[in-house]
Amino acid sequence: MLVRLSAAIAAAMLLSSAALAQDAKPTDPQIAHIAYTAGVIDITAAKQALEKSENKAVKAFAADMVRDHEAVNDKALALVKKLKVTPEDNDTSRTLSKNAAAKLKELAALKGAAFDKAYIDNEVAYHKAVDSALETLLIPSASNAELKSLLQTGLKIFQGHEQHAEHVAAELK
Amino acid sequence: MKPGGYFLIVAASGLALSSVATLGLSVPASAATLQITMRDLEITPAAADAKVGDTIEWVNEDIFVHTATARNGDWDVTLPPNKTVKLVLKKPGTIDYHCRFHPNMKARLTISP
Repeated sequence: MLVRLSAAIAAAMLLSSAALAQDAKPTDPQIAHIAYTAGVIDITAAKQALEKSENKAVKAFAADMVRDHEAVNDKALALVKKLKVTPEDNDTSRTLSKNAAAKLKELAALKGAAFDKAYIDNEVAYHKAVDSALETLLIPSASNAELKSLLQTGLKIFQGHEQHAEHVAAELK
Repeated sequence: MKPGGYFLIVAASGLALSSVATLGLSVPASAATLQITMRDLEITPAAADAKVGDTIEWVNEDIFVHTATARNGDWDVTLPPNKTVKLVLKKPGTIDYHCRFHPNMKARLTISP
């Protein structure tokens, strides 16, 4: 529990400090980039789990992540096209991607039950961190109403996944 | 289509008619259809009343797959994105249900006998 909590706090701190480093609230093109990147990261992690895990509940969870985040990201792509917004790379996106790459590498070295536990614990922490970034930074900063609404749907999806991940984590014990 | 095909269709529709008639006998005259919508990860209405024999139409307006999963195991309905799925209620009870994929989606269905 302590480990999971501290991982969540560390992730949340990384997110917010990267955002703070910009010293201004993110613009809509940056928000779109951050949200899309957050989805891609979870899809990549899920694909790794689908390849490595032998656990039925873990694999089912990972398949849900791929399906839901691909659906959100497809919708996000359609929206930025409609709004003629070009997503813009930024420090928060870069920090997210860098941390995710390190996590993928760390998880790649694990096997079996150790991998399953590390993947699901990270999913709980990651979704918590993204929820908090959506709630405190991305949603309040979004100026376009449609983007804001998509982020609000994204928040509910992420909160749902967090609870789902917590259920799977409890099953693994 | 061969002439034989028509006979098959007639026979099949006869079967369908007779099964509807049988169903009509077993279902009370007051059987209703109730719509429950899932939109933006919210179930509306969050609390609904129905009777045994009523049909629930779950309308999934989201781009995500949802489920309507009874906590007591009575039913587990999968709702593909932008689809409507029907369920005829067979057992009474106060059923708390949720979406297995998004457990933050919760609602209650009170089914009277």
